[in-house]
Amino acid sequence: MVRLKEKWQSLLYHSLILVLGFMMLYPILWIIASSFKMHSEIFQNVSSLIPNQFNFDNYIQGWKGFSNVSFDTFFINSFIITITATLGQVATASIVAYGFARVKFIGKKFWFMLMLATMLLPREILMIPQYIIISTIGWIDTFKPLIIPRFLPMPFFVFLIYQFIQGIPKELDEAATIDGCGHYSIFFRIILPNIKPALITTFVFQFCWTWQDFLSPLLYIQSNNLYPVSLALKLFSDPSTVTNWGALFAMSVLSLIPPFILFISFQRYLVKGISTTGLN
Amino acid sequence: MQLSKVFKRNKRRKYYSLTGYIFIMPWLLGFLVFGIIPMVSSLYLSFTRYDLMSSPIWTGLGNYSDILHDGAFWQTIRITFSYVFIAVPLRLIFALFLAILLSQKRMMVGLYRALFYIPSLVGGSVAIAVMWRQLFGVEGALNSILMHLGVIDKNFGWISNPKTALWTLILLAAWQFGSPMLIFIAGLKQIPDSYYEAASIDGAHWWQMFVRITIPMLSPIIFFNLIMQTIGSFMMFTSAYIVTGGGPYEQTMVYSLYLFKNAFTYYKMGYASALSWILLFILAIVTFILFKTSPRWVYYESKSEI
Repeated sequence: MVRLKEKWQSLLYHSLILVLGFMMLYPILWIIASSFKMHSEIFQNVSSLIPNQFNFDNYIQGWKGFSNVSFDTFFINSFIITITATLGQVATASIVAYGFARVKFIGKKFWFMLMLATMLLPREILMIPQYIIISTIGWIDTFKPLIIPRFLPMPFFVFLIYQFIQGIPKELDEAATIDGCGHYSIFFRIILPNIKPALITTFVFQFCWTWQDFLSPLLYIQSNNLYPVSLALKLFSDPSTVTNWGALFAMSVLSLIPPFILFISFQRYLVKGISTTGLN
Repeated sequence: MQLSKVFKRNKRRKYYSLTGYIFIMPWLLGFLVFGIIPMVSSLYLSFTRYDLMSSPIWTGLGNYSDILHDGAFWQTIRITFSYVFIAVPLRLIFALFLAILLSQKRMMVGLYRALFYIPSLVGGSVAIAVMWRQLFGVEGALNSILMHLGVIDKNFGWISNPKTALWTLILLAAWQFGSPMLIFIAGLKQIPDSYYEAASIDGAHWWQMFVRITIPMLSPIIFFNLIMQTIGSFMMFTSAYIVTGGGPYEQTMVYSLYLFKNAFTYYKMGYASALSWILLFILAIVTFILFKTSPRWVYYESKSEI
């Protein structure tokens, strides 16, 4: 009797989750389905999730891009910006986190508190003067304003890595010190190999945020051939031109693939990382 | 002898301090160049008229007084507050509801958690904003579904109607509840099972357990999520820019968008800088109020440091 009741409960539970999950993911399934629909079908057969026939026309059309620049340029741009910016962030954030977690110095508590406080600072405060500085030094229409500011460690990530370093027993460091290791070799040989989940979380989130960033390219990039994917999608859908919706959907779907792949491959680590700091 | 000992210790300390500062240098440098300097110049610009072409002209509190006398500013405030105070509670309620479902020890919950996080992963992207515009557009999927169900008999412009436009943005925000959900799950796991066992022996109903055990035990995390989500929502930009562009009739002109338009469409840099300081002031007040009310409802089991 009890077993039967449990089974029913379990069935009810999983069906509830699946119904909710389907509602949640409907928009994403919908855009994927629409990207395979024929041009005429997109607005005829709007809400269906299964195209009458799968066709790749939208992908072929969309990939051609606009103004003689195709999406391979946009994707390459996005990858260059995102990968450099992300590796830079992982490196600086872990160095700073080590400094706060393991090195004794005067004023540490003050700087740490100050850093955490800047998490609450709206980026709008900095947007205008940063724009002025960047245009004064002639970085407009280059990748530099999209990459270099992202080398600066973000408090979020520093805090996340800091928390992980705190979890490594101090005895390890002490043993290494006795063996004659300095801070630099402790950092590289003991700390870094032990904080992989934190580094992966930082990498994935910074990657996704940079990949999807729209405001910075909107401000700083003017030439078509330097557009990252996010800006290209926006211009692709501009109301001033007749939008090829199918092509736009197809390119949108492609733009979501890199974050998806990263998330799916590393989700074990991420869930822990997000819960530790409350990212996003 | 003593003196030399002290001296020696000081020297060692100095060495330590130097190493420490070398390690945190990337942040310090960034904080100075991309934090302090911009903040000071932004504060200065907020007292000037500046169009990027000619040099800034000092106007004292002119911008601030103009802003406070501008009807468009007050409309933006009204819209932003409606957005934040509806979207954040909705997001947290969804997050808590699913966190309770997904914190149970059952098969496949790991997969489910990942599934429900997906909207948060991609929600801020241009692709999703473009999709949202089509989903709620006149010829969009929502209308098609509602027609099939017989709820409406004519296509309705959810985005072009001033009454519903903001709701499409609120829904987009509420849809991305993944992060607070995962944080709630972590918090729920911390509540000892024995509390619930004791309560059920006393004959407590699940609703009583939820109100008397779950909510109080989770309240520090609810508070944390509330602060983070509120601050984040005041800065929403991409979805408003792409889904509605601030329209129709400026009914979705949220603060960030208003600030952006003043700065980079009208080139009123001084005015926009003043707007950014007013935003900081508003955030400070809202955060302060939340902190002030917290002792009334946030329950800390022990007063130890977090």
